[in-house]
Amino acid sequence: MESPVLRVENFSAHFGDNPVLKDINLSVQHNRVTALMGPSGCGKTTLIRCINRMHELIVDAGVEGSIYLHDEDLYKMNPIMVRKKIGMVFQRPNPFPTMSIYDNVVAGYNLNGIKIKREEKDRIVEESLRKAALWEEVRDRLHRKGSFLSGGQQQRLCIARALAMNPDILLMDEPTSALDPKATAHIEQLISELKNNVTILLVTHNIAQAARVSDFTAFLYLGDLVEFGTTEKLFTVPDDKRTEEYLSGKFG
Amino acid sequence: MHTSHSNIRLRIIKDRLFLALVVLLSFAMIVPLLLIIFHIVKNGIGVINWEFLTALPRPMGETGGGIANALAGTMMLIVLASLIAIPLGVLAGIYLAEQKTGRIASGVRLCMEVLQGIPSIVIGIVAYAWVVISMGTFSALSGSVALAIMMLPVIVRSTEETLRLVPDILREASLALGVSYARTVLKIIVPSGLTGILTGILLAIARITGETAPLLFTAFGNPYMSLNVLKPVDSLPLMIFNYATSPYPEWHAKAWGAALVLVVFVMGMNFTAKVIAKRWKVQF
Amino acid sequence: MIKVSFDSIFKTVLKAVGVLMLLLLAGIFVTLVIDSLPAMKAAGFAFFTGTTWDPVFKEYGSLVFLVGTLLTSFLALAISLPFSLAIAIFLGEYFRSGLVSSFLKSAIELMAGIPSVIFGMWGLFVLVPLVRQVEMQFGVAPYGIGILTASLILAVMIIPYSASISSDVVNLVPADLKEAALSLGATRYEMIKKVVLPSARSGIFAGVLLSLGRAIGETMAVTMVIGNANILPTSIFSPANTMASIIANEFAEATDAVYISCLIEVGLLLMMVTLVISMIGRYIMHRMKI
Repeated sequence: MESPVLRVENFSAHFGDNPVLKDINLSVQHNRVTALMGPSGCGKTTLIRCINRMHELIVDAGVEGSIYLHDEDLYKMNPIMVRKKIGMVFQRPNPFPTMSIYDNVVAGYNLNGIKIKREEKDRIVEESLRKAALWEEVRDRLHRKGSFLSGGQQQRLCIARALAMNPDILLMDEPTSALDPKATAHIEQLISELKNNVTILLVTHNIAQAARVSDFTAFLYLGDLVEFGTTEKLFTVPDDKRTEEYLSGKFG
Repeated sequence: MHTSHSNIRLRIIKDRLFLALVVLLSFAMIVPLLLIIFHIVKNGIGVINWEFLTALPRPMGETGGGIANALAGTMMLIVLASLIAIPLGVLAGIYLAEQKTGRIASGVRLCMEVLQGIPSIVIGIVAYAWVVISMGTFSALSGSVALAIMMLPVIVRSTEETLRLVPDILREASLALGVSYARTVLKIIVPSGLTGILTGILLAIARITGETAPLLFTAFGNPYMSLNVLKPVDSLPLMIFNYATSPYPEWHAKAWGAALVLVVFVMGMNFTAKVIAKRWKVQF
Repeated sequence: MIKVSFDSIFKTVLKAVGVLMLLLLAGIFVTLVIDSLPAMKAAGFAFFTGTTWDPVFKEYGSLVFLVGTLLTSFLALAISLPFSLAIAIFLGEYFRSGLVSSFLKSAIELMAGIPSVIFGMWGLFVLVPLVRQVEMQFGVAPYGIGILTASLILAVMIIPYSASISSDVVNLVPADLKEAALSLGATRYEMIKKVVLPSARSGIFAGVLLSLGRAIGETMAVTMVIGNANILPTSIFSPANTMASIIANEFAEATDAVYISCLIEVGLLLMMVTLVISMIGRYIMHRMKI
């Protein structure tokens, strides 16, 4: 097995005096989907917000330990560089309402002031929208605002926007929680297709979703990483009693 | 039985009478409005022609002449005041929207409310003390400073209010793309609230266009055409005041004409602000 | 690295502008106080109690203007109150939406947008002759100009403010309270009198205070119709001067340093009076979260 893309080592996070993550150790494998699951308040969203250094934007938030992207310590880098290398998709679709679909896809370049040629931009837009399975639906309306898109389409636009930056890893924070079942199925299918090219870390509170789309699953409970392994192992023969109880619906 | 029945009837009659009174008094307010508009249009429309808008005032006794100096002066005052107030007001509004808590921010908020409540004539005194005294002359600049101070609270408040409505998820989306804080604010948050900011600016301009009191001893007035910011200039409201309070019927007629021009301009500004707020609203 | 420093520059600029706003207000206060010092030295406490304002004899008693201001403003308030209350009930209770209410709302907005110099001019050319006729009926000196005329104009000018604030407040009265009253068999009038107005009372009061603040600071319209007489008014028909109108009339012509300083002190006094009144109004509004 090749070396992991991301390693979380002895990592803790807190808001003021409240610990939200306690001594987490986790690694994310190249071109695989890793799911973080657990009941709400378990710290799964905090963990991925620590990975792209969004956690520290909150007043009183702090962390200990390290997270390595390949072999670079993310907490020794400039947060802006970290976020350029790590893509993120949020719970609710959030395309920029002032921009066209085209500009939304290349927003990471435009906003960062990265100058690229027009043809190069066209290529990135098409490629990213194709990867996000949105190209066919919007190819004739690239220069219109995205407000007419459905929720599912908007979320795929956000995925395209993240993919356009060629991230080393794509963080997805419950990307289907604001979508209807049909759009959810569409996004899940997209995730399975994407993993040929992208490493994905997916936060979900939906046990079935973790089982459907992920290769590895981590179960977090009350800030502890209870169990981490292949999805198959975790769902069939979990080591920890709490995992078993969670999977059988005893809590959460 | 009988008494309670008539009692109910009395109560219903009272109810109806009250409604009638409310409607009557509410619409009574429209009477002065209609009268004002009627008088301005009736007395002003005949005065307005091409010469009125493009010529300078003539000395008393000569016929003709116009308000070109006041139009140019008003434009100059608006542009200068906007140049001072818009950058400061928008930046202060951004500061308040970004800084939701904190001693300085709440101080600035209170400060804007106080500023909004200061009578315009007092602002005029301050601009006189700061600019007229130090330059040794009345000037367009001093008038603009007074008007800019009056624009600030309107712009700051509307900027803060609009930017606060921009959802946090847009900020997060931008930051997650590795965009710096400054660029996120300037390229995502401000453009998302641009309509509201623009509306606020137009309302601020509408507010100062009709202001007279702070100009009495700053811009001062000037019967000649002047485009020098360091010299006195005339403005429409100042001219209306001077002409209306003069003893000459010819000047009264000119005051009505200038009043019509001023009202149309101010109403147009308010109307444009409304249309912009409605049409260009960004959907979140 | 460059971007990080741009971020800190940006944050510093924002904060600096915020601080500048604080300094601006502080500067306004300090300027007014410092420039009033010569007047305070020359006139002392008599400035507030004296009823003679005669720059030629260097007598500066500003009580006449304070009286003139309060008289016109409170009279205006009294005149405007029935109308603004009616509009508040009309827009906040009877006709919350629809064509009629949006027509009335537009009329109010239109009215609020008319520059005060226009109100003054209209008052001078239309209202003054009318008041003159009334005065002839009453057998008082038919100046036409004076406290009554100024108050009438002011009343028209402040109705939009107090009406729009009050109608917002009336609108905020919870529906279940009103339904409770109606379900007990109250007529709508009784419900308004017993439920709506009592619970909207402090908000309406705040609106009244804010419009009073506006009336006190209003300059042009008053200056044009008040008659500019530096005397203690004897009736509502007599000409007078307000704090704002004396400054408007005499500031540009004042040459003597103490004279100017006294006018600035009038300005300071005017500002303090308006601020106290409108700050109380705003405090009430904040507490009600309007």
